[in-house]
Amino acid sequence: MAGLGPTGGRAARTYAGRGPLLILPAWVIIGIFLVLPILIMATYSFLTKEFRGGVIWEPTLAAYDQFFFDRGLFGDEQPKIEWTYILIFWRSIWQAGLATLLCLLIGFPTAWFIATRPAHSRTVWLFLITVPYWVNLLIRTISMKFLIRDNGPMNQWLLNAGLIDEPIHIINTNLAVQLGLFYSYLPFMVLPIYAAVERYNFALSEAAADLYASRWVTLTQVIIPVVKPGIIAGCILVFVPSLGAFLAPDLLGGAKNFMIGSLIEEQFKGAAGNWPFGAAAAMILLSMVLIVLIVYARNQDRESA
Amino acid sequence: MAEDQGDIAVDIDHVTKRYGDFTALADVSLAIRSNEFFTLLGPSGCGKTTLLRCIAGFEDITLGAIRLYGDNIVDLPPNKRPVNTVFQQYALFPHMDVTRNVMFGLLRLGQSEAAARKRAGEVLDLVQLTQFADRLPAQLSGGQQQRVALARALAPNPKVLLLDEPLSALDLKLRQAVRLELQQIQQETGITFIFVTHDQEEALTMSDRIAVISDGRLQQIGTARDIYEEPDNKFVADFIGETNLIDVTVAGIDNGQATCTLPGGNHFTCPAAQGAHSGRGHLSVRPERVSLSDPAQGLLTGTVSRLIYLGTDMHVDITLTDGEVVTARVQNSAGTRIPAMGETIGLNFEAGAARLLID
Amino acid sequence: MARKPDLRRFPGFLAVTLLCLFLLYAPLVIVAIYSFNDSPSITLWGGVSLRWYEDVFWGLEADKFKRAAINSLTIAAAAATTATVIATMAATAMLRAGQFRGRSFSFGLISLPLMVPEIVTAVATLIFFSAIGFQTGILSILIAHIVFCIPFAYLPIAARMEGIEDVYEQAAQDLYATKWQAFRLILLPLMTPGIVSGFLLAFIISLDDFIITNFVKGAGVETLPTAIFGAVKQGIKPNIMAISTLLLMVSITFVTLSYFAGRMGQNRKSNPTGET
Repeated sequence: MAGLGPTGGRAARTYAGRGPLLILPAWVIIGIFLVLPILIMATYSFLTKEFRGGVIWEPTLAAYDQFFFDRGLFGDEQPKIEWTYILIFWRSIWQAGLATLLCLLIGFPTAWFIATRPAHSRTVWLFLITVPYWVNLLIRTISMKFLIRDNGPMNQWLLNAGLIDEPIHIINTNLAVQLGLFYSYLPFMVLPIYAAVERYNFALSEAAADLYASRWVTLTQVIIPVVKPGIIAGCILVFVPSLGAFLAPDLLGGAKNFMIGSLIEEQFKGAAGNWPFGAAAAMILLSMVLIVLIVYARNQDRESA
Repeated sequence: MAEDQGDIAVDIDHVTKRYGDFTALADVSLAIRSNEFFTLLGPSGCGKTTLLRCIAGFEDITLGAIRLYGDNIVDLPPNKRPVNTVFQQYALFPHMDVTRNVMFGLLRLGQSEAAARKRAGEVLDLVQLTQFADRLPAQLSGGQQQRVALARALAPNPKVLLLDEPLSALDLKLRQAVRLELQQIQQETGITFIFVTHDQEEALTMSDRIAVISDGRLQQIGTARDIYEEPDNKFVADFIGETNLIDVTVAGIDNGQATCTLPGGNHFTCPAAQGAHSGRGHLSVRPERVSLSDPAQGLLTGTVSRLIYLGTDMHVDITLTDGEVVTARVQNSAGTRIPAMGETIGLNFEAGAARLLID
Repeated sequence: MARKPDLRRFPGFLAVTLLCLFLLYAPLVIVAIYSFNDSPSITLWGGVSLRWYEDVFWGLEADKFKRAAINSLTIAAAAATTATVIATMAATAMLRAGQFRGRSFSFGLISLPLMVPEIVTAVATLIFFSAIGFQTGILSILIAHIVFCIPFAYLPIAARMEGIEDVYEQAAQDLYATKWQAFRLILLPLMTPGIVSGFLLAFIISLDDFIITNFVKGAGVETLPTAIFGAVKQGIKPNIMAISTLLLMVSITFVTLSYFAGRMGQNRKSNPTGET
């Protein structure tokens, strides 16, 4: 990403010596209002819950215990694996994965198509792809909900046109959630793949064709392996926010299609009011995301080495 | 040297610059005289630009001192040093028009808007850009930008003007025209110019004196003629123009004259660079100073191994008996006998054409 | 005459691209159209009218939405301004101050808000304010917004600064400018497109945020997204579509401005040495 790599050429030194002073405000703000809160949240996940929100300062593993084990209503039975929350996490991973796949299937051809346009029209295509991203996520999700409702415009038109006999039921299904996630994060897939394809040397395709490769073989054997870093970056950029998404599952998925985001929200804003449990779930989500990012960073280091 | 002190504009005194393990400048000492057109010449990466940036104040030096008319300036930031720079890619401020660019330094020195504007007009007149005063840099050609950069650096009337390969971005024809202009402006303004280039032709044609630098070390200082005719070492001889380096055994050096044995056994006496020593050594002989003769009359003998036709000239490569190759440049005039490939031939040169180098 | 096959083209990729654009724009266009529906039912089409826009501005809930809009805009302006200043300083440190201790760590820190899932940031921030006994309200929203606006402001600013060679500042210093003058007179004007871009993106991101705001807003304080979310919980009503369309216009205007600010910078950066 631009401006994020500390490498690259000789570092300009006009303001050498002022670095720490200039970076200080960013450190203070992010340190106090993000890093410290995450540490406090981690602490809270090991505290005892107070009813109607808040915590009692008594260390316990109860929150994690509740997440993974079922000890019966009064907590005195033999612990069994508690599947409820694990399933919610599993469903989140599954939904985020399918949404990522959907983004890839549509995003790759789109990114390829844009990157092979003449330079001046490329920026216009890219602009068109990114504009919806800057429209309020809530409004986009509401729009999607409006469009795909059972008696929404889409079904009405299809019925009026005689293409279907009864409304297609999408809202409150997994598909609706995937569509919503797709709609939320598609540009994150298109942009890195676009950047990779733009750097792709088309002489490689010519060389492949010269060596009797068909278009399809060229795509799978040459192009995709070469632009793979862009594809992986895109997948991560879609998968990670999808995993913790709240609006799409909440508004499009309904009660049956609960995801991690909703589970966590419940603990703080909803009826559950179990802060340590919410903090623990957030910690588990954060760990999963960090693992994905660390594995990714490791792989990148290995590939660039 | 005390009586010379007032004459010295910039005194580079044992300057060393290291970046970690890398030594960019190794104990460089040189004195640049007032009103001189002085050139730092060397291949890219040799340290010449680093030295210029040390004088301008963009790099700290590791050891040594840099004195400007006697005052040590190494601790001054660039904006406190009364020297100005013409940058390689000009570095014209893209958001300011030509006049604003030229006024910039004057305003920082505390001149009034009106005074600065007046002075900018004068300098733009000097570089013949008056009609472009309102343009933005992007609206100017490369040559015009170069002159704006020059005007901007001259406007504050610096004690020394530093020029970092200012012609390298121009095409060949323009470069030749600008060379003359630069020399004229230097003479008109009487400002000391320190000019950095890797182009020997540029250096030879423009400079009062040249310092040849390689690998962070000062190789030789002198006028164009000194450096071409009397190179001190193999690097200078080879870097400036073309030369033959002939292996010799030096019997002794007396009063600047070396007595040596050439390949093939002939004895020969010629000037020696100061610091050359007895034993094995190298003679530098320019190809155009080598003449061809009968084998019997040659200082050296060999067989013609290559002929390159260059129009007005002919390059003749002669392989000596010990395998060394010597090049002669023969004028392609009516009376010249063109040797044939494989012919055995003698080579001659005068004592004044050869020079024993420091090894 | 046989045409040379174009190896860049794959059959169907244009169709997928158009499908992609259709999927992206169809919902927004539909909502924009239905916001002009005269019918009180969101399902039936009752002709074109502006009644729901009137309802937004003068209807029963107008006050609520007006207050939410003012909150949203105030917070976005304040958060984007603060984040832009901090990001400009940070970019100067990262790209103009050479090496210093903690430089590479700082990259991680600045991009941290992008990596932590929003819901986690929301939870952590809520717990933090509760733990230190800070009264949640406008101020807590503002602080949280500044945090996640910093990387969004930073990216275009740093990208722009990376594209400006430091030789301009050196030329300024060579011409007797102090470091501060070199920054104010040279670097800052050259960076303006990046700074404008960064500010606008931060502004939109702040205006957009729902999840974090919803956690740290405290009772009775609403921003537009939380007010809309609250209203939608009881079902989508036509006035929501009118508000959505208005907000959509604001976002698109800002992104377009940001886009042209960036373009303006590119034009300035490319330095055609045209013959004159």
